[in-house]
Amino acid sequence: MADVTLTVDGKKLSTPAGTLLIEACRSHGIEVPAFCYYPGLSLQAACRMCVVRIEKMPKLQTACTTTVAEGMIVATESPEIAQARKATIEMLLGNHPLDCPVCDAGGECELQDMTFKYGAHESKFVEIKQHRDEQQWSPVVFFDRPRCILCYRCVRVCGEGMDVWALGVQNRGAGSVIAPNRQDHLDCEECGMCIDICPVGALTSGAYRYKTRPWEMSHVGTVCTHCGDGCKTTLGVRRSNDGMDIVRGDNRDKSGINGDFLCIKGRYAFDFANREDRLTQPLVRKANGQLEPASWDQAMDFAGQRLREIRDSKGGSAIGVIGSNRTTNEEAYLLQKFARTVLATNNIDHHRTADYPAFAAALNGKVEASLRDFAGAKAILLLGNDPTEQHPGLAWQIRTSVRLQGARLYVANHRPIKLRRQATASVEIPEDGYPSLIAFLAGKPAAVAGDQNAAAFREALLKEESLLIVFGSEFRGRDIEALVQFGSTLPNVKFACLGDYANSRGAADMGLHPDLLPGYAPLSASGPFAAAWGAALPAQPGLDLPQMFDAAERGDLAALYVVGANPVARYHANPSILRNTFLVVQDMFLTETARLADVVFPAANLYEKAGTVTNTFGDLQLVKKAADRAGVRPDFELIVRLAAAMRADIKRLVSFGQRGVQADFGQARGAQSGEADRHGVWLSAQHQEPRLSPFEPFAILDEIQRLVPAYNVPRLDLLAGNDQHLRPALVQIANAASRRNLVTPSNDTLFTSGSLGSYSSTLRSVLEARQPVETAAD
Amino acid sequence: MTTLFSPALAARFDKLVTLYPIKRSALVPMLLYAQDEVGYLSDPVIAEIAERVGVTELEVRNVISYYSLLRTKPAGKYHVQVCTNISCMLRGGNEILDHCKKKLGIPNKGTTADGLFSLEEVECIGACSWAPAAQVNYDFHENLTPESIDKVLGEYRAKAEKGAAK
Repeated sequence: MADVTLTVDGKKLSTPAGTLLIEACRSHGIEVPAFCYYPGLSLQAACRMCVVRIEKMPKLQTACTTTVAEGMIVATESPEIAQARKATIEMLLGNHPLDCPVCDAGGECELQDMTFKYGAHESKFVEIKQHRDEQQWSPVVFFDRPRCILCYRCVRVCGEGMDVWALGVQNRGAGSVIAPNRQDHLDCEECGMCIDICPVGALTSGAYRYKTRPWEMSHVGTVCTHCGDGCKTTLGVRRSNDGMDIVRGDNRDKSGINGDFLCIKGRYAFDFANREDRLTQPLVRKANGQLEPASWDQAMDFAGQRLREIRDSKGGSAIGVIGSNRTTNEEAYLLQKFARTVLATNNIDHHRTADYPAFAAALNGKVEASLRDFAGAKAILLLGNDPTEQHPGLAWQIRTSVRLQGARLYVANHRPIKLRRQATASVEIPEDGYPSLIAFLAGKPAAVAGDQNAAAFREALLKEESLLIVFGSEFRGRDIEALVQFGSTLPNVKFACLGDYANSRGAADMGLHPDLLPGYAPLSASGPFAAAWGAALPAQPGLDLPQMFDAAERGDLAALYVVGANPVARYHANPSILRNTFLVVQDMFLTETARLADVVFPAANLYEKAGTVTNTFGDLQLVKKAADRAGVRPDFELIVRLAAAMRADIKRLVSFGQRGVQADFGQARGAQSGEADRHGVWLSAQHQEPRLSPFEPFAILDEIQRLVPAYNVPRLDLLAGNDQHLRPALVQIANAASRRNLVTPSNDTLFTSGSLGSYSSTLRSVLEARQPVETAAD
Repeated sequence: MTTLFSPALAARFDKLVTLYPIKRSALVPMLLYAQDEVGYLSDPVIAEIAERVGVTELEVRNVISYYSLLRTKPAGKYHVQVCTNISCMLRGGNEILDHCKKKLGIPNKGTTADGLFSLEEVECIGACSWAPAAQVNYDFHENLTPESIDKVLGEYRAKAEKGAAK
C-alpha cells in the first residue's frame, strides 16, 4: 500500500497505509507502552496503556487500534497521557498483590516497569485485596489469579497462535478470570507460550518458579537440542557447586529462526543436564566384569591402546563407529575424519531419520527452503509428517503465515493431522500411497486418479505461482527423486526435507555414512579430502549400522566406538551380540548401550559446548556454551584425546598451532589495538585466527567450509548469531536414490525426544500426567 | 447424531445453525432453549452444544459464565427472580426479596429441599412501571407486596400439588 506521512512527537514518519499507529511508532523507535497489544495477535484494546493524543480527535485514542492516516499529528508522551496511564496502573494495582519480591516475573515484569515509569505509587483504593491461592493447571503451568491484569494475551496466543484454544475468559467485567479448558486443569500442548507472553507473573512455569531471580542468571542464546527445527532457546544459567546449572529456557529476545515460538522441549526439557545421575567420570570395565570409575589417563590410555592394537592386528574394517544426531557439525566431521584417517575404516554410520543423501542428489542445485521461508510463504504443500508433534516450530510458522498472510496450505497425509484445520485443501491417502499421489500430481496414471477430491487438490495446487514443498520421512530414495522432479515443473518452488533431531542434517552432511564423505562426496571422489587430511582413505564402502550389528554377531566386529547415540535401544539389539566387541561409548548417561561398554567417557551435551548445527531445512546456526558440569568433556575433546591416546598426529586431525605455538593475541594489531571485535574482523580478513588449542571446534569449521562448499556461508554473520542458509552446493552423487533404505523415523511426539527425552523429568511428568494408568505400570 | 434434546428441539437446533453466516452465532439462543428444556446447562448439554456450533466446550462455558441468566446447576421447578434495581428498590424490592428468603427458607441462588422453588436476585427485568416486580420462570408478577408475593408463591405450590396428585 502507498505510504502515508504523519507526525509523532514532532518527528515526521512515513509508513505504509493501514499500519497500526502503535506499530508505526515502534518501528521508528518511539516506544508506546501496551499490555494487551501483541504483534500478530488479534486486537483486544483492553488495557488502555497505549493511549495517545491525536490532534482533532476527541479524548485520548488507543494507538493499538488506530490506523495511521495522512497528516495525522500525534503526541505519545505528555502530562495528560502520563496521568491517564498512571490512573490505569492505579486501577490494575487495585487488586494486584505487591508480592514482587517473591514473584517470578519480578525484574522482568511489564507492570513493574510501567509503575516505575509512571510512578503510580499512591492509591486511592482502600479496599482489602482479594486473595486467591495459586493453582496448578498442568505439570508446567501455574496460575496466580490475583496477579492477572486481564490482558488476554495468553488466551489469544493459545487459540490464535497455537490453535489449541485451551484458555478462556469466564465471568465478566472486574470478575473476569482466565480459565483452563478442563475446569481445574489444562489439556493442551504444554508449549508454555502463555507463560512467555504473560506481561506479569500470573502464569508461571513449574520448571522455573521460585528458583531464582532473573538478574542472577546469565542468559545465553543457543540452539535447542531436541527436534530438527533448530529453534533458538535462551538458557538462563547460574553458577552452582559443580559448574553452571541451567535454571531456565525461554525465548527471551524472539530473534531466532522460531520468531515468537518455543515448544515444551525448547523451553523446559533442558533439565536432563542438571540430573544427579549424569556420568562425571570415565568408567572402565574391570576384570570382575563391572564398570568402575577410572582416571581420565587410565581410561584414555586403555581405550586408545586397545583400539590401536585392534586396528594394527585386524585392520580398520574390524572397527565400527556410530555417530550422533545431537553433536555439532564439527564433532560429526571430526568423528568421521578420525574414523577414516586414524581408525582407517569406512564403517561409520548414525541413526538416519531422513534420506538426506537422496534429497541432496535430487535437488541438484535446486533451491532448498529455509525455515524462515515458511514465515513469508504464499503456498505450502505438506506431504506426510505431523509437524504439530514432530516439528512444532515449523507448524507455528505454517499457522502464522496462514493466519496473517492468507497463505494456502495443501496437506496430503495418511493420518488426520491437526494442521488440516489450516489447510485450504487436503487429501487423505493410504500410508503407502505417497508415490502414487506424486505420480498423480505429476499427471501420470495413478491409483487416485478417479478421486474427485484429489483432482480438485491437484488443480488448485498447479495454479500456485510459488510453492514450498515440505515432506516427511515417508519419502525416501526414488520417491524423493520423483517428488523433486514433479516440483521442478512448477514455478518458484523450494523444497524441505524433515528429519528428526537437532543435528540429524548435520550428521548426514558431515559424512557419517559408510559410503559418503562430507557434503555427500562419494568415496570415489575422495581426492580433495585425502589431500587436505594428508592420509590415504579406505576406498571400499564400509558397513552401515545394521551391518555392524550383524558383523558383531558373527564375531567380525572387534571394536565399536559410539558417540552420543544409543543404538542398542533404538534398534532393539540383543545386548549379547556385542559381548566380543570392544565397546567405547561417549554419553551423558549410562544408557542401554553405555551399560555394555568396556570404556565409557562422560560427555557434555549440546548446551555445554560451542560449535554449529544445521537444522533440517539447511539453516546453519551457532551453538554457544551455556552450562557446564564438572567432570564432563565435549565430544570434540574426547575424540581428539582418543586420537592422541592412539598416538595419532593430532595436528593433522585438527589444524591448530601450525606455525608453532605462537599466535597473535593482539600484539600485532597496531591500529586495531584495544578493539577485540575489530581485531576479530581483521584476523578473518587476513584468513587468520588464533588456533592454539587442539580442542578448538572453529579450526574444524574452517576445514568444513573449505571442503564442503555448501557450508561456505559468511563466517562473521554466523558468528554474530545469525542463522545462515546453506548454499545449494552439496556434491552430486549418482546412486543416491538406490542406496539401502535405512531411515528409521524417531516418531517422537511433543513430549518425547529419543533417549534424551527419557532423561527429562519435565517431559516425563507431562507424559505421566496425561496417562496416569499406563506409566504407573511402567 | 445422538442428542440429549427432544426431537422437536433437536430439529430446531439443526435449523438454527443454518440461519447465521457463522455457526457460532447460534450459541446464545441455543443455550437458552436448551436450558428451558433441560432445566439447566449440564456437562452433556454443554458438550453437545459445543459440537453443534463448532466451538470448544471451554468457549461455551465462557459464554455461559458471562450471562447471569444461564445456569450450570439445576434450579427449582419455579425459578423466582426478584428485581432489586432502582425502581423496584425504591418501592420495596429488597423487602420482597427478604420476604421470599424467609418464606422459602433459602438464600439468594438457593433451591428448596423439595426442588419446587429457587430464588434469585436479578437486575432490571423491564417492569419498572409496575415496581416492585418479580418474574417466576417466564411469568411476571407486578406491584408486589409481601402479602401478594405470598399469594403468588401459594398459587405455584398449589399448581405443583395438583400436578403431582393427577
